[in-house]
Amino acid sequence: MSGARAPFGDPARVVPDKGITAIVTGATAAAMAFLAVFALALSLSSGQLAQRWSDTLSQSATLRLSAPPSQIGAQTAAVLEILRTTPGVTSTRVMDIEEQRALLEPWFGPDLPLESLALPRMIEIIESSQGFDAAGLRLRLASEAPGAVLDDHTRWRRPLVQAADSLRLLAWLSVALIGGMMAAMVTLAASASLEANAQVIRVLRLVGARDAFIARAFTRRFAIRAFVGATVGTLLGIAAFALLPVAGDSGFLTGLGFAGAGWLSPLVIPPLAGGIAWLATRAAARRVLKREG
Amino acid sequence: MIRLANVSHDYGGRGLLRGIDLHIAPGAFHFLTGPSGAGKSTLLKLCYGELQPRAGTVELFGQSLGGLSRDGLADTRRRIGVIHQDCQFLDHLTLAENVALPFTATGRTVPLNDLRELLGWVGLGAQADALPPTLSGGERQRAALARAVILSPEVVLADEPTGNVDPDMSQRLLGLLIELNRMGTAVLIATHDMTLIRNAKSAVSARVLRIVDGGLHAAGADL
Repeated sequence: MSGARAPFGDPARVVPDKGITAIVTGATAAAMAFLAVFALALSLSSGQLAQRWSDTLSQSATLRLSAPPSQIGAQTAAVLEILRTTPGVTSTRVMDIEEQRALLEPWFGPDLPLESLALPRMIEIIESSQGFDAAGLRLRLASEAPGAVLDDHTRWRRPLVQAADSLRLLAWLSVALIGGMMAAMVTLAASASLEANAQVIRVLRLVGARDAFIARAFTRRFAIRAFVGATVGTLLGIAAFALLPVAGDSGFLTGLGFAGAGWLSPLVIPPLAGGIAWLATRAAARRVLKREG
Repeated sequence: MIRLANVSHDYGGRGLLRGIDLHIAPGAFHFLTGPSGAGKSTLLKLCYGELQPRAGTVELFGQSLGGLSRDGLADTRRRIGVIHQDCQFLDHLTLAENVALPFTATGRTVPLNDLRELLGWVGLGAQADALPPTLSGGERQRAALARAVILSPEVVLADEPTGNVDPDMSQRLLGLLIELNRMGTAVLIATHDMTLIRNAKSAVSARVLRIVDGGLHAAGADL
């Protein structure tokens, strides 16, 4: 007396499980989940990229000291003393003349008589992870070594970090759009299914089913379809990343993909897809039921 | 239990029912007759709230139909068993699942022993796993009767229950409805089958109502 597929009297059986809407919902969820994996990877990677650029550039600063040849020695010593007592400065290094020659060679050639030029002295500062107070340091330098100019690379860092942040924003926008599109597709599929099953709804109403029961019969089914479809799409997306060839160890694309615990982040996509489908179907069911007598 | 007071209904301006007064009391047995298209089905639909009257009031178990919410109407329908002219089955479910649908649709566990007993009562024990489209007209009507009574309703409304079945099967269906009435269930049967009415009158004290020109009249002793 019991059905072979589900326990007898299972409410999930009252809506026939066939038709084009089942395929459309599952396939849409799979495709959207596949795209969402890429958008998620992009957003995570751009976040890491912004962090990496920011970290690299903020770990070092340069101090340029210009002074008449007679005073350069004394001012260098003063500057080094200031830096030694500045919290957040790990180490300092005065570039020697050979290093400066190597830096200038591409522009002026190898035979430049550097000794006869009043070249500024370059001091490289390595910061601790906390960094130092650049404004405070500038004030101290201004009073004790007026020829010193501090460059903490903020000028270079800011646009790079901004670019990475915009990229991340775009990626999250893509995730949101993909979610919205999936909600729209599931709503259309659910509406079509509700129309196609008008007779089922009518019979259920006649035997005393409340609206909540009828809506649940549909929402459950669509949520499960979307969840299963999204799971397939997500796994395919992860597999695609796992098989992606690594493009060397430098360059922009190096960071694109998942790393460490990041590989787990796409696993939120299937439950999210199921949740979106559930909400979309419930809204469609309520609308149709309100219209029916 | 079901009370219609001065009810009128029409479809798109064509007056069908006018000034109908009807009261179905507990344990009553009514026949509703009249020519095809007179409004028998419409009157039944008003009795279980599928239609709202254009004028007048319909009262179901003391509550006005107009004042019932959708869920309130759904709950009221659990107390009214309806045998529809076209049975209204879900064709993807087995006969047993269709008969048990009032339990399933109200989120309750199906009492399998009662179901088996009920299917035996209407003589469909062997067809429990069959799909509705594979059943004969008589089998479908008996299954519809089983579904109408599975929740032990206080009243059963039947719309041409013998419309598509042979005379023997008509008698059998009528016998089941009379048996139900003897157990205390009120019965209203819409039919144009005069033989059915005559046969019933010998077994049960039935009141015959006739729809003539949109009005409801008690039929005379001519039956």
